[in-house]
Amino acid sequence: MINGISINYYILLSAILFIIGAVGVMARRNSIIIFMCIELMLNAVNLLLVSFSTLHNDAKGQVFVFFIMAVAAAEVAVGLAILSMIYRNVKSIDTDLLSNLKH
Amino acid sequence: MKGFLIITALGIIAMLLQVFKLKKLLLPITVLGILTAYVFNFLEWNQPFSISYFENMIAFDKVSLAFTGVILATAFFWFILASKSYEGEESMIDHFALVLFALTGAIMLTSFKNMTTLFIGVEIMSIPLYVLAASRKKDVLSNEAGFKYLIMGSFASAFLLFGIALIYGASGSFDINEIRAYITANQGELPSFFYAGVVMMLIAMCFKVSAAPFHFWAPDVYHGSPTLITALMSTIVKTAAFAAFMRLFLIGFAGVSEIWTGILVVVIAASLIVANLTAAVQTNVKRMLAFSSISHAAFMLMVILANVRSSLSVNAILYYSLAYSIGSITAFGVMHRVSRNGNETVDSFNGLSKRSPFLAVCMTIAMLSLAGIPITSGFFAKYFVFTAMIGTAHKWLLILAILTSAVGVYYYFKVIIAMYFKAPDTTVELNTDSSGNLVVLITTIITLVIGIVPGYIAEMFTS
Repeated sequence: MINGISINYYILLSAILFIIGAVGVMARRNSIIIFMCIELMLNAVNLLLVSFSTLHNDAKGQVFVFFIMAVAAAEVAVGLAILSMIYRNVKSIDTDLLSNLKH
Repeated sequence: MKGFLIITALGIIAMLLQVFKLKKLLLPITVLGILTAYVFNFLEWNQPFSISYFENMIAFDKVSLAFTGVILATAFFWFILASKSYEGEESMIDHFALVLFALTGAIMLTSFKNMTTLFIGVEIMSIPLYVLAASRKKDVLSNEAGFKYLIMGSFASAFLLFGIALIYGASGSFDINEIRAYITANQGELPSFFYAGVVMMLIAMCFKVSAAPFHFWAPDVYHGSPTLITALMSTIVKTAAFAAFMRLFLIGFAGVSEIWTGILVVVIAASLIVANLTAAVQTNVKRMLAFSSISHAAFMLMVILANVRSSLSVNAILYYSLAYSIGSITAFGVMHRVSRNGNETVDSFNGLSKRSPFLAVCMTIAMLSLAGIPITSGFFAKYFVFTAMIGTAHKWLLILAILTSAVGVYYYFKVIIAMYFKAPDTTVELNTDSSGNLVVLITTIITLVIGIVPGYIAEMFTS
């Protein structure tokens, strides 16, 4: 119980956000949107960690959130660099054009 | 621990060399640094107890030191192999520094004691590899490989994190020993979301070791990346991911093994069938090796499935990763030389026995080792897996593994037949590369030596 709301609702909300993100990664074709969906998945995890951290009255979960934020920033930095490189070569960021590696 | 710190420092030193324009010193410093790390690793091995660092976040016990040893040995050969081909390039220092940082992450994965270090280790290892996979800037295939690797890698990381969060919610801890104690204390009354967390972490780790049905990114990424980077991915990354897999599931989640062994059986069976059947129809050697790495992943997962953290299973998985890493370094080393003009099909190996008998012999031994033919190390690697599996309830997996290995022999022999029985393509010249030849020679000798006398590594851990 956090402020009178059962922990299950927090888990449910995080799970819904996570699933929206996961479906977005698989269904969308625009690379930027795919990145946004991955961020959504990571933030669903952050929400879950913070609520568990409050539930347990324990700061470890919140510290973990900082690690996730830092790593997500690093990942997006690399991702956007790769995207701009792709854009220079194929003049598009549509993932349908990135299917040369098939037999 | 000292070895770990030395590798971290080496990465930073490599970047400083760029600033001070001392590019000539790069290779000697890297090689010496890895050797020093190896010596410290060996000294720590002789200590009677393991010491944990950073509030019990990292602990170097004998298992992690042994895996660190395999990783450092592979890295040593890789750097010598790569030195020649990056020699003229502006970005040599960047490449080496990124590889050293990936190594840091890999060593962290062999020795984590806490979910935090597991996650940080996975990311430190993966992020440099995303960059390296996409490192041929003008090549669309390389860009695509980097992009796919990044998306799939962070997708898997999100699953890993969601699993970690659920397990933290149930147990209130990130420490794997505390989680183990929590499982034992609450056996039978664990909340359902704890099980969900374990399954999500299992899925994420299967992504990382590229086991079917979570393997679909691997062939594309292996194919598109520069050959040397593919060599890195299929050796060091694989070894580190397996060390982490073993630590997490055989220490942390041993108490709930009935949950994850069921899924693991399906994953192994799917990997064996899909990987071997698809590899048989590939014409690109790099794609073929990618599928073969999926089937090798299935073999290593079988040891984890045997689910006994006895000295037997540690020995088996250590021997397997060493045999596979060394064999792959030889195979990719030869392939890197043969396919320099961009042709990576089986036809590019046509008549290699006439163009360069030395490389052809080494490639043959590497292929025999990967196929598991006796007197090479690959045979004993598979043999130890089978002995670890024989006592378990899943004997039918053994039969499946043997049948699919027979298919494996077919596609490995395709390369050997191309080298010895097809007419050479005289238009392609092989350039001389003495350091590359040396690495290929040494790794071939190691393959044979540990195949003929497997005792030293196979009995490294005695109960």
